[in-house]
Amino acid sequence: MSMTNVSVPVLEGRSLGKTLGGNRVLDGVSVSLPKGCVKVLIGPSGAGKSTLLQCLNFLMPPDSGSIWLAGREVNGKSRRELCSLRQQVGMIFQDFNLFDHLSALENVRVALMKVKGLSRLDAGERALAELARVGLGDKAALYPANLSGGQKQRVAIARALAMDPKVMLLDEPTSALDPELIGEVLAVIRDLAQNGMTMIVATHQISFSASLADEFLFMDKGRVVEQGSPAELLGRGSASRTQAFCAKISELTGETEAECRV
Amino acid sequence: MDFSVAFSAAREALPYMLGGVVWTVGLIVGAMLLGLLLGVPLAVIQVYGPWPARRLVGVHVWVFRGVPILVQMYIFYFGLLSWLSQLPLFAGLGLDSPFVAAVLVLGLTSSAYQSQIFRGAIQSLHAGQLKAARALGMTDRAAIRSIILPQALRLAIPAWSNEYSILLKDSALAFSIGVVEIMARMRSVASATHEPVSMTFLAGIIFFALTWVGVKALSLLERKVRIAGYTRQGAA
Ligand SMILES: Nc1ncnc2c1ncn2[C@@H]1O[C@H](COP(=O)(O)OP(=O)(O)OP(=O)(O)O)[C@@H](O)[C@H]1O
Ligand SMILES: [Mg+2]
Repeated sequence: MSMTNVSVPVLEGRSLGKTLGGNRVLDGVSVSLPKGCVKVLIGPSGAGKSTLLQCLNFLMPPDSGSIWLAGREVNGKSRRELCSLRQQVGMIFQDFNLFDHLSALENVRVALMKVKGLSRLDAGERALAELARVGLGDKAALYPANLSGGQKQRVAIARALAMDPKVMLLDEPTSALDPELIGEVLAVIRDLAQNGMTMIVATHQISFSASLADEFLFMDKGRVVEQGSPAELLGRGSASRTQAFCAKISELTGETEAECRV
Repeated sequence: MDFSVAFSAAREALPYMLGGVVWTVGLIVGAMLLGLLLGVPLAVIQVYGPWPARRLVGVHVWVFRGVPILVQMYIFYFGLLSWLSQLPLFAGLGLDSPFVAAVLVLGLTSSAYQSQIFRGAIQSLHAGQLKAARALGMTDRAAIRSIILPQALRLAIPAWSNEYSILLKDSALAFSIGVVEIMARMRSVASATHEPVSMTFLAGIIFFALTWVGVKALSLLERKVRIAGYTRQGAA
């Protein structure tokens, strides 16, 4: 059976459930990421966005439901399968999570050597190319402590891209950044999307994601409560919860109502 | 007290006393290394291991922190090791030597303390780094080896140098089972020359010098492996 069938999603979570500390954090969430699509996850704090993203690559194993990678169910218990899943699913965190004792280059290189088994030389070459791709070719020797937040996040993106992921999970990639640094990271993400990367992004950058997303998923209390194209959910005359939520955060972040509408 | 007599007695005794430095240094180097070799995996188990293993490490830590070193030395030297060395399997390995007993006791005790040093260092690292390593497809073993431990070991150096100076002083207890280190030599020279005060003083100076050299060397090491802009605060 061919696995390259275009109708088979790159990554799919079916009816995912997760209980943490007695809280039903995910309550039967399904999400499907066809090749090349960009989905945006929004919703109030505590809705379960981070949990959903981390279930998708088994950083947090879901209690129920299943994960499918290119049409095959992934068994979260086999170490080899996990390792292969995680190589194909890149993840970006809100607070970057760079390795503090490694330079930018080494941050990108380490998994190429330890996971992909590349030689130090080959890994270094590839790492440098990825850093150049996010505009940090000249910062390769710097340590995380000496990079700005925006640069750190771009290193984190380069590090994920170096593994040749088929899909990227981005968990509030710009939420920890000073306003003036958000743009450089969004530019990299936009570039990725335009080059056909499949991704799902949890974000509060409404106008940015509206311009990029094929679909918005609005989550609340562990469920996807609304789902649709930006035009459907945010368009003129829409009375969706998504619209109300976006209007509220736009007010807080200073985006105008008009910018929020698409 | 005649200072010139005391001084010349001390000078005469110096070469013999310095001969003890070899044994003292042997004891602490052996014990620090044994403590490191055991302490690191013990710490990793205590942070990441399954609960039965964590419990076992906890017992190890309690026993070796709880039983006085002198008592352990008697148990190891007169009991455990002298019995083991009579078994055909261990015959001729020199297990009945006081030096071996002292290194084992000091090393095992140090492993209990060192494991707590490394555990603290590991726990002070931001958990997100392990998550990021896993998300890249690294196994936990690889992540601990190439992400967690290189940072934790750096952070542990100041506490490690503290452990060194404590161990140096504890090593003096090895004289009680017959290791001819500095303390043992001090006692025998003191009674032979009837110059206890000057010999005690001399031993004190030698111990102090050893402490100074070791602590200095470790702070040099700390500086050498320091990472640009990286501080403990930055890691927390
Ligand atoms: N280890 C845990 N134990 C108990 N509850 C947890 C744990 N981790 C997360 N939660 C709870 O799960 C819920 C969902 O958390 P999650 O981080 O997925 O939300 P989120 O949508 O990403 O929110 P935010 O926008 O603040 O990042 C929250 O109510 C949180 O308190
Ligand atoms: Mg979150």
